[in-house]
Amino acid sequence: MLKAVGITKRFPGVLALDNVSFEFEPGKVTAIIGENGAGKSTLMKILSGVYQDYEGQILYKDKEVKFANTKAAQENGIVIIHQELNLVPWLTVQENIFLGREMTTWLDTLDKKQMRLKTEALLKKLKLNVKADDKIADLKVGQQQVVEIAKALLYDSEVIIMDEPTSAISEGEVEVLFKIIEQLRLEGKAIVYISHKLDELFKIADNFVVLRDGKSIESGQMKNINHDQLIQKMVGREIHKLERSTRVLENNPILTVQNLSLKHPYSKGKMLLHDINLELNKGEIVGIFGLMGAGRTELLESIFGLNNGRASGNISVDGKPCNIKTVTDAINNKLALVPEDRKHDGLVLGLDIRTNMTLPILNKLEKFGFINRKEEKKNVEKYIKELHIKTPGDKQLAGNLSGGNQQKIVIAKWLLTQPLVIMLDEPTRGIDIHAKTEIYKLIKQLAATGIGILMVSSELPEILAVSDRVLVMCEGAITADIKIENATEDNILKAAIGSLTA
Amino acid sequence: MKTLNNTISVEKLRPLIALFLLCVVLSLLSDKFLTVNNAWNVMRQISVNICISVGMTLIVLTSGIDLSVGSVLALCGAVTAGLLKNGIPIEATNTYVGFTLLGAILAGLVVGGLLGFFNGWVITKFKVPPFVATLAMLTIARGLTMLFTKGFPISGLGKEFAFIGTGWFWGMPIPVWISLIVIIIAFWLTTRTKIGRYIYAIGGNEKAAKLSGINIKKVKITVYVIAGVLAAVGGIMVTSRLDSAQPNAGMSFELDSIAAVVIGGTSLSGGRGAILGTVLGAIIIGVLNNGLVLLNVSPFWQQVVKGFVILLAVIIDKANSKAE
Repeated sequence: MLKAVGITKRFPGVLALDNVSFEFEPGKVTAIIGENGAGKSTLMKILSGVYQDYEGQILYKDKEVKFANTKAAQENGIVIIHQELNLVPWLTVQENIFLGREMTTWLDTLDKKQMRLKTEALLKKLKLNVKADDKIADLKVGQQQVVEIAKALLYDSEVIIMDEPTSAISEGEVEVLFKIIEQLRLEGKAIVYISHKLDELFKIADNFVVLRDGKSIESGQMKNINHDQLIQKMVGREIHKLERSTRVLENNPILTVQNLSLKHPYSKGKMLLHDINLELNKGEIVGIFGLMGAGRTELLESIFGLNNGRASGNISVDGKPCNIKTVTDAINNKLALVPEDRKHDGLVLGLDIRTNMTLPILNKLEKFGFINRKEEKKNVEKYIKELHIKTPGDKQLAGNLSGGNQQKIVIAKWLLTQPLVIMLDEPTRGIDIHAKTEIYKLIKQLAATGIGILMVSSELPEILAVSDRVLVMCEGAITADIKIENATEDNILKAAIGSLTA
Repeated sequence: MKTLNNTISVEKLRPLIALFLLCVVLSLLSDKFLTVNNAWNVMRQISVNICISVGMTLIVLTSGIDLSVGSVLALCGAVTAGLLKNGIPIEATNTYVGFTLLGAILAGLVVGGLLGFFNGWVITKFKVPPFVATLAMLTIARGLTMLFTKGFPISGLGKEFAFIGTGWFWGMPIPVWISLIVIIIAFWLTTRTKIGRYIYAIGGNEKAAKLSGINIKKVKITVYVIAGVLAAVGGIMVTSRLDSAQPNAGMSFELDSIAAVVIGGTSLSGGRGAILGTVLGAIIIGVLNNGLVLLNVSPFWQQVVKGFVILLAVIIDKANSKAE
């Protein structure tokens, strides 16, 4: 249905796509696989009409096409559903679906009746249990995603490109999404599915295209390839499977949390965390697993003093009870938090590496109203070297670095405070496989120096590869505490699903 | 010179080139422009705008805005003038508490700081958007000025006081000295101190700043207090130069100072910009005003021209940040 031949796209100084060819067939799901920076998004932008200045040909239904803009691509039946949803939160489902292409009566007023009928038909088809007049803001993220799909279907699209569609939705919602994809496949649409999560691809995709460094490395049928081969093609080298920890740790608690509870900010009486008790030993890596909404992030944030007023309980660091009301208190008690979202919470992207790294320790660096810039530079350069941060210098803007390097900056920022405990929230989200292994190595190195590590992750392989012990959370409570030698994907998942099935 | 980051130095150059071109054109069009007298004249005129624009820059860097500077300036000037001239009358004994020159000036500065504190407190405590909070202060402070002056100018403040606005020291007008000191302190604050870093961090990404242990409220309130005090400095200079506190002094000064900040390359969304850029912005506006006067352009046209210059500055800024 859609065929690309020899697509090449240059940016100043960079060859983003190098002679890429592939074919998307009707009634098939094609997975586009590649590390970050492999050229996936550039490719999608070309297909959906964002870029016009490329070399090569795109054949759509056997005719060469070149779309002037995204609207032209949409009108021809090619839509892209972006990772970040493009919906207006304060408009209704129906208003969003018809935004920019409203139906009108002969008087040129809005034909609400027709639009409602069409919307309801779409919602029914997608089995989305919301009303046409519900506000987008009141929908769950997974539901919003289905509204995006409804939007795409309104165009009678024949090629539907989904960019990391499951990055923000829960497991249950993923199942719903997969059913919809299955249905669209049966209708003969060509689905293009971009994701980092290989397990998903094996479930849903028929064909694959592997991109690496802007080149199409291989394409074929999913059934003819396995997980490890796919990874090897993406990375271009064998990846050693991470071995589980076999360390034996002394019982020497560095962080103790007792009866930590957290109230819901709006609904009275509802609790986000119930009576959490946990103990973290010196040099231990404790993985915290749970499904979306299990309260993992809330747990880390409450320990870090971000939910003062709503959280209650006792926290001791290194045997000393401490009263943590603000982030400053947490830092003074040698705690550190690497937040889930680097770009929004971890870094000031518009400032340079040096400024970002030293924000929490400026108190110590300033003397007599002047920041000791020599000392500052020395500190920063030490960690750029130790953590192998790839950058031309410490004056580079944080926003110019890759995800893995950005994450290292956030970690370095906290190492500068010489913490006893580091809490990591989804430390490898959106980072490519190579950078991931580097981050894992780094976490293990830090633990070896005696730092206690709490790592929240929603990727089971990650939890199993890094942790010494696994805590599982479900609905705001800890439902299992499993030593790594006893941990299996099975018993962890069971504890995570907990009362949902019971 | 090492700057906070690379992009700022590029942005700094742009207004400098604009200023240079403006001066070349004006000196070709008018033989009065490029004279020593005129240069001092321009610099004295812009010193008030520099003071309040420096405060405005700090606020804008935290992604806030202060619409109340003009009114605060008027109130502080009036307070200083009133205390200097009349003191505080005590009705019971039919006497009054007199103020020395220094005391009256200090009182004016304190009032400016308090009004700034109020702005910052409302913004951080009640999460009122800065635009709204300072818009309210704009009319509150103007109303208080009218109440304090009963709507009449307070004039005849003495030679000593007039020296601040009109005197010379070591071959330079006093207002220029004052603005120079303000610039140096603000430059030091933004580039060498931790609070300077915090200001950039908050404007760049408030959540990340908070998670780094920065006390956002404290920094924000500090910035509004500084801006209030600087507005008071401006108010005292204006009052001294005219030897009179006008109840309607400082009307629409907030616009000139926001213009200086914007022309100087500071992003209104915060986190990006520099004090020296704002100083250049203020000089550009001052030179433009002066040149248009020298060329006998009608004051009405001057406003139109100034408006287009602001637009041009922002459009260029947008185009550049897109290119990045």
